[in-house]
Amino acid sequence: MDNRSPVSDSPSLILARQLTKRFGDLTAVDGVDFEVAKGEAFGFLGPNGAGKTSTMRMIGGVSPVTSGLLTIFGLDPAKHGPTIRARLGVVPQADTLDMELTVRENLMIYSRYFDLSWREGARRADELLEFVQLKERSRDKVDELSGGMKRRLTIARALINSPELLLLDEPTTGLDPQARHLVWDRLYRLKQRGVTLVLTTHYMDEAEQLCDRLVVMDKARIAAEGSPRELIDRYSTREVLELRFPIDQQPVLDGELNDVAERIEVLPDRVLLYTSDGDQAIAAVHKRGLRPETALVRRSTLEDVFLRLTGRSLVD
Amino acid sequence: MSLMAGTLHVVEHNALVFRRIWRGSIAVSFFTPLFFLAAMGIGLGGLVNRNSGGVNGVPYLDFLAPGLIAAACMQTAAIEATYPILAKIMWDKTYEAALATPVTIPDLIRGEVVWSILRMSIVATTFWIVMFLFGVGHSLSALLAIPASILTGLAFATPIMAFTATRRNDAGFAAINRFVIIPLYLLGGTFFPIAKLPLALQAVAWATPLSHGVVLTRGAVLGNISAPEAALHALVPLAYFAAGLLMARSLLMKRLAK
Repeated sequence: MDNRSPVSDSPSLILARQLTKRFGDLTAVDGVDFEVAKGEAFGFLGPNGAGKTSTMRMIGGVSPVTSGLLTIFGLDPAKHGPTIRARLGVVPQADTLDMELTVRENLMIYSRYFDLSWREGARRADELLEFVQLKERSRDKVDELSGGMKRRLTIARALINSPELLLLDEPTTGLDPQARHLVWDRLYRLKQRGVTLVLTTHYMDEAEQLCDRLVVMDKARIAAEGSPRELIDRYSTREVLELRFPIDQQPVLDGELNDVAERIEVLPDRVLLYTSDGDQAIAAVHKRGLRPETALVRRSTLEDVFLRLTGRSLVD
Repeated sequence: MSLMAGTLHVVEHNALVFRRIWRGSIAVSFFTPLFFLAAMGIGLGGLVNRNSGGVNGVPYLDFLAPGLIAAACMQTAAIEATYPILAKIMWDKTYEAALATPVTIPDLIRGEVVWSILRMSIVATTFWIVMFLFGVGHSLSALLAIPASILTGLAFATPIMAFTATRRNDAGFAAINRFVIIPLYLLGGTFFPIAKLPLALQAVAWATPLSHGVVLTRGAVLGNISAPEAALHALVPLAYFAAGLLMARSLLMKRLAK
């Protein structure tokens, strides 16, 4: 059908070099570099407006690249959009299900878009409805489903063409904890089967649960890259001591705790002390006669990495 | 995926949705001409025939019915090109979902055009049968009124689709109906000859596609149009269709492939 000569010899499934996306004066993605290997679960972590969705839309071959290099399966999305998309599954940020069709019909018609026969579409639809635990709802209209069920249906739909690469834009935003865990479980199973996952999220727990490797995005750029563990080791301490003080006392603390921890972040509602030993830090705080309302020692998370890199929280 | 396959799948999607409502839709396609031809053709027509012996030498019903088929296709095309298309662009985001597959924007447009043709075929054929039952159009060539009215509808389908591609809400659609569809419906040569209009309005009527479509359908049913004359009249709706197609394509690209 078309000439599939790859533009890059890299074994990476996705390769981006100086990838840039501009909308008029707004630079949504500003010269980012990243690579995703086959079988990997790769995440874009960042707050809203960081450029995650724009990057995903370029990878999906829907949004034209403004400048820089981008290849998916070694192919240029500007020239081979349909060929690339035939091997991709896309879970968009907002559900794009057809509300006028039933659950099963949504999968059937999507299989047709991938040029599968009706018979094969029906077979895969039933299999996938089982996989996402929606078999009992297959004849229902989509608008009768809960948010979590719609999300699972969207994931099932993205799998109808047995994609090698699954793109998920904020797969669990807006879901309750139970629904999120079910989605994570299904994504984990896909990963076990060798499907490459690329996802965006602004939840650090999601990134930690699912991603082998991730990039932290902020203001259209990549601020750091690595595995969740590496990022925490590199940009944070082993433990964090979270202190809450009565509101009027907190500003006075400035400087007072500096030698108790390696680094201190003063947030509007709490003070974070970064240290290798949280209990020792509590003792030091108490020794200085300070009486925080609450004191909690926890392990560092990607949230702390993000705070360190950008000076802001992930979810405002 | 081949050119035809993408188009076909877009049509299939529309058909799957239509499957739920086809009975109601066909009933409407049948009763609308029935009431129109009974009220206007026979009721009003009786008066016209008694007072002036018909229009242009034929009974009023014969004059009216073929033009109404063209006008009905215009209305169908206009409705199909507004709300359902905007729903797929922004409310349900059906196009966004389709564009994440090998389907392309030209596939979407071709599919919608083919779907519009199918919808108009139902409307025009039902209308033609009702007209036939009223005793108008007893020649094989009268069947040509069906493709002629579909061509008329297409002249509205693509330009309105292009307009829809620029919309952020449905407010403009009422205006299209009020300022384009209804005036043309009433003044486009369907109910009385365009020659009766003031000169300025005659110019407007001939510059728009419906009047030419009415000449074609009426010519087919009454058998009083020559082939070259028909070809000339077909050019205007064809030009609108082609220009609309190019605009719809470029505007949908701008809207969906950002």
